[in-house]
Amino acid sequence: MKTLIKFMTLAISIGLFFSCGNGTSNTSNQGALSANVAEKVYVAPGEHDEFYAFISGGFSGQLSVYGLPSGRLFKVIPVFSQDAEKAWGYNEETKPMLNTSHGFVPWDDSHHPDISQTNGELDGRWVFINGNNTPRIAKIDLTTFETTEIIEVPNSAGNHSSSFVTENTEYVVAGTRFSVPVPQVDMPISEYKGKFKGALSFISVDPEDGRMDLKFQIIMPGFNYDLSHPGRGKSHGWMFFSTYNTEEASTLLEVNASQNDKDFIAAVNWKKIEAYVNNGGGKKMATNYAHNVYSDETHTATSTMKKEVLVVDPTEVPDAVYLLPTPKSPHGCDVSPDGEYIIGSGKLSADLTAHSFTKMLDAIENKKFDGDAYGIPIINYEDVVGGTVKSGGLGPLHTEFDAEGNAYTTFFISSEVVKWKLGTWEVIDRKPCYYSVGHLMIPGGNSRKPFGKYVVAMNKITKDRYLPTGPEVTQSAQLYDISGDKMELLLDFPTVGEPHYAAGIAADIVKKNSKKFFKLTDNKHPYSVKSEAETKVTRNGNEVHIYMTTIRSHFAPDNIEGIKVGDKVYFHVTNLEQDYDVPHGISMIGANTSEVLIMPGQTESFVWEPKQVGVWPFYCTDFCSALHQEMQGYIRVSPRNSNVQLSWSLDGE
Amino acid sequence: MVKKVIGFIAILLLLASCGGEKSKTDAPERTTEQKEVQKPKKNEDLKTEEIASGDVPASEKIDLKSKGIGPIKSLKLDDEINQEMVTKGAEVFKLMCTACHRANKRFVGPSPQNILERRTPEWVMNMMLNPEEMVKKDALAKELLIEFNGSPMANQNLTEEDARAILEYFRTLK
Repeated sequence: MKTLIKFMTLAISIGLFFSCGNGTSNTSNQGALSANVAEKVYVAPGEHDEFYAFISGGFSGQLSVYGLPSGRLFKVIPVFSQDAEKAWGYNEETKPMLNTSHGFVPWDDSHHPDISQTNGELDGRWVFINGNNTPRIAKIDLTTFETTEIIEVPNSAGNHSSSFVTENTEYVVAGTRFSVPVPQVDMPISEYKGKFKGALSFISVDPEDGRMDLKFQIIMPGFNYDLSHPGRGKSHGWMFFSTYNTEEASTLLEVNASQNDKDFIAAVNWKKIEAYVNNGGGKKMATNYAHNVYSDETHTATSTMKKEVLVVDPTEVPDAVYLLPTPKSPHGCDVSPDGEYIIGSGKLSADLTAHSFTKMLDAIENKKFDGDAYGIPIINYEDVVGGTVKSGGLGPLHTEFDAEGNAYTTFFISSEVVKWKLGTWEVIDRKPCYYSVGHLMIPGGNSRKPFGKYVVAMNKITKDRYLPTGPEVTQSAQLYDISGDKMELLLDFPTVGEPHYAAGIAADIVKKNSKKFFKLTDNKHPYSVKSEAETKVTRNGNEVHIYMTTIRSHFAPDNIEGIKVGDKVYFHVTNLEQDYDVPHGISMIGANTSEVLIMPGQTESFVWEPKQVGVWPFYCTDFCSALHQEMQGYIRVSPRNSNVQLSWSLDGE
Repeated sequence: MVKKVIGFIAILLLLASCGGEKSKTDAPERTTEQKEVQKPKKNEDLKTEEIASGDVPASEKIDLKSKGIGPIKSLKLDDEINQEMVTKGAEVFKLMCTACHRANKRFVGPSPQNILERRTPEWVMNMMLNPEEMVKKDALAKELLIEFNGSPMANQNLTEEDARAILEYFRTLK
């Protein structure tokens, strides 16, 4: 079949060459080339993509799921922002997921997804992503593709150098962008220097159920912590954080944080600190943060306020934290698959700095230090640098790796992806991005075993690349084939919100675990009913609970009387279906909330507070069968002082 | 092979013509090709179809030959009714089926009362375990779908054991 396609392509191009007199041969030639490119991203109807790409939604607060190489969007997973389509943050079950120490926060800025790892390889169990604005870390379960846990990060502000996992997902790490008073206190902003602190948080992940727990925070000097990546292989046990604003400026940072020739990459030996806290080290600090957990058994989230956090002063743990001088406000700090090189992308520089892990250990052992910052040793620059990439580009941001010893770095200012060789530092290829690329992603490119094959570049600006849609135009991703020596641009596709970062994984690892429906017999929702015989309506004062079921193509009950103006009516709807892809939705006229969308075997609840007398309908909002349009019911609303008795029925029963 | 032939014809067309009409003439050609090579519909239920014809509604028709389409090819019932299975079957039926089926009357779907006087045990089992294919291909199941207003028989993903228990329960519904 492949040869046939090739033959067809050839035949078509020959046909175009010879039979179309009015086109120039030049454009025909391009047509043939792009047909070839199209073939590389074409996934035939009904076929599956080779990779999942999880692309952050930025200011949308969500995480979107794409297929590669097609660039097709499968799902937008609601994480930090309310989503009326899926009732996320609207139904009674998921409202607690968006609880914080500041109360209910319906939005955030989601930045850096990272997939869980075992032995440094992607295991496809969970995706973690950070909420940047009101600092939070979320965990998405890849059996349901739903957010099942959100933990707030105290003492943090602008949760940016997050949410990266260590080699066996021992920890998901969250570093603060802003330094702030720790603990918070009313003080003059001008007294920042020396008094503000930067908290680096280590959140442990239970290897069985993935439950997160804020194990400790390292209270670092008041720099801005920008990005982080884990050591792997030989450097497993270390975590690297890029910093800027080592000037500790609190105003006009674009000038005042760009004064020092070098900032730092902080190298943190978290295994040493873990051992220290396990032996009783660190101090308990009073604090307040939310820990929200969603259960697939009760289909309900609970929010718990935690009151204490263990903080560690790095100067009290010998040999645990070092600073590696790195030019020009580094953004990315990315670790090669073998764990040897830590690539610093000085975003105001033309060059990349590759620190050598081996040299770093040697420098530590032989105390090749160049002073300290607030008691933390600064390693002598020459004694830690393993190489420099003279890129010829400007504004390096972020690097990922293929499995062949090559690295790929984005350059924001010169708007390109540059391919270079680890160890020799020579530039092999460069391709432009349209336009102003931020991060890039290679499936598995932040692990011991990159899958390679593609680079996805995530752009900040698209201008003329798509049909215009008014002043606000889409941001976009671009897909490059990296299987050859030279990169080849294959595809542009639009993204949801702002794509800050992404994580990709071979689809085979994930798709076999994808849940098809929830077992009704396992449903432990307190308001679930397992059959129509159990459906009922109860009243306690003005609070009414409707225990309802849904199946193709009716609700039970579907006629309810005895509801009064001023009641608070809870609909608890259980979907009795036990088959793949048969959700039902329900909405009530005038309800001040979204629909609920109920997966088979699941129970969801929403509140309706009737304000007007009459007979009011509800209906199924998700097309479910040929009789979907018949799937409806009525509720009679009587005046507040009415004597109409509470009653309910389906077909008179 | 068929695809190759179609593809080849498409290429010939592309090579031969280059006007705006190309795609228009192209499309019907393909359809014809496909039609010609389509296999005649394999209908395992021709027998059933003959029996099922007439004015009697599908739910009242008697067909004690068809085994339907699905995993159950042959099922022999003991003379004795297994009470343990009946109890379990009644429970599963209540949980999984009563949204559409009532034991003693027609509801969204037909009543299972005396069902084994009208259907083979295999047909009943296959209807529970393989409803999507049944309502597409089994003549009697297709008729039932129409009789019951196009309301689809939901696949409740029963285990074979559960379906068998329900069948045993049905034997007690007289």
